[in-house]
Amino acid sequence: MHVLVIDDSKAMRIILRQILESIGGHVEEAGNGRDGLRTLQSMARVDVVLVDWNMPEMSGLEFLKTMRADSAFPNAPVMMVTTETEVAQMEKALEAGANEYVMKPFTKDVIREKLQLLGIQ
Amino acid sequence: MSRCLSETDMQCISNLVREHSAIVVESKKEYLVLARLEPIVKEEGFTSIADLICYVRRTPFGPLHRRIVEAMTTNETSFFRDLTPFEALRDEVLPELIKKRKDRKSVNIWCGASSSGQEPYSIALVIRELFSELDSWTINFIATDISSEMLHRCSEGKYSQLEVNRGLPVQLLLKYFSKNGRCWYVKDQLRNMIEFKEMNLAGPWLPFPKLDIVFLRNVLIYFDRETKQRILTKIREHMSGDGYLFLGGTETTLMLDQAFARVPVGRTACYRLRPVLENSGHVIS
Ligand SMILES: C[S@@+](CC[C@H](N)C(=O)[O-])C[C@H]1O[C@@H](n2cnc3c(N)ncnc32)[C@H](O)[C@@H]1O
Repeated sequence: MHVLVIDDSKAMRIILRQILESIGGHVEEAGNGRDGLRTLQSMARVDVVLVDWNMPEMSGLEFLKTMRADSAFPNAPVMMVTTETEVAQMEKALEAGANEYVMKPFTKDVIREKLQLLGIQ
Repeated sequence: MSRCLSETDMQCISNLVREHSAIVVESKKEYLVLARLEPIVKEEGFTSIADLICYVRRTPFGPLHRRIVEAMTTNETSFFRDLTPFEALRDEVLPELIKKRKDRKSVNIWCGASSSGQEPYSIALVIRELFSELDSWTINFIATDISSEMLHRCSEGKYSQLEVNRGLPVQLLLKYFSKNGRCWYVKDQLRNMIEFKEMNLAGPWLPFPKLDIVFLRNVLIYFDRETKQRILTKIREHMSGDGYLFLGGTETTLMLDQAFARVPVGRTACYRLRPVLENSGHVIS
């Protein structure tokens, strides 16, 4: 399982990396949406993208919209991992093409089960 | 507060719990008893666990005894737990039952250790979301548990953010739950599908209709062999001949009840009654 984790918090990236590696994932990281797009393009294989919402330079939502609009990017499933928990925001993410949604804070089980729902685990 | 229990105190709790729920509390589980009873000691104003147990010994079975029994149940659960049983429902069990029951247009479902409700609601979600043809059918859907606190949670249908984060596809969360503050509430269209009732699996059973689908997951593990066998015998009596029994991933009927056969369904397995030979009462193995 090859995963791209995009979050501006280094601590959050470390937590997600640990969880993903403990279930056999290979992780690439980016600190905002723009870097995320660059990293996404450079990855030979990506099975899922975990992306935060609020980040400097480019938000997770912008990342998602750009990625979905341009067929040059792989059409990988995207899971928002965010503190945004308002229904309207969640609906917006789904409309933009998110496949799953995790509300922070989360546990390892949450990530594992959501990946399972996406058929990735 | 004392950090350990005397052997007789441990025995007293273990007997109480076993008598009223069949749950086996092994003597090495002292840490569990301490952890589960300490909140009761505090809330009820006892000076120590020994003090609480002393009271339990002196008085006949009442609300406090009941609370202790409930405190010793393990209620761990999540939406679509293990996923594969729900895939099996979607891909094989429900399509099959819809064909077989098309004349009587009714399906009977029982979820026998519903805990805080995630399991029965997951079943209801599969039905509502994917099988609109069942909207006009009679679905007798009963969910039971021994714990009154858990049943209250089931009928309230209120879940924390962390609970809805676990195993529940976000599309279903948004469609079938409404948010109020930080909590998520199951909408009535789902809640009204299920009847929640108290039932001790080791006590007298409710008068069920013939059951087509039985979910009894992650509860047999707490019982001794004889209790498991008694429960399986009762399930057998209540199940329709072509019904499906789902157990937890570590549970089985093998070596316990020969009447059941383990049958693969999709990526998991369920248990089905072997056909009984006419007049002989013997099962084919
Ligand atoms: C670990 S939970 C399993 C929940 C759900 N079936 C699942 O697999 O996610 C076990 C449940 O069994 C219930 N239980 C324990 N002993 C019982 C008994 N004797 N009769 C009925 N329910 C019982 C507990 O109250 C608890 O809610």
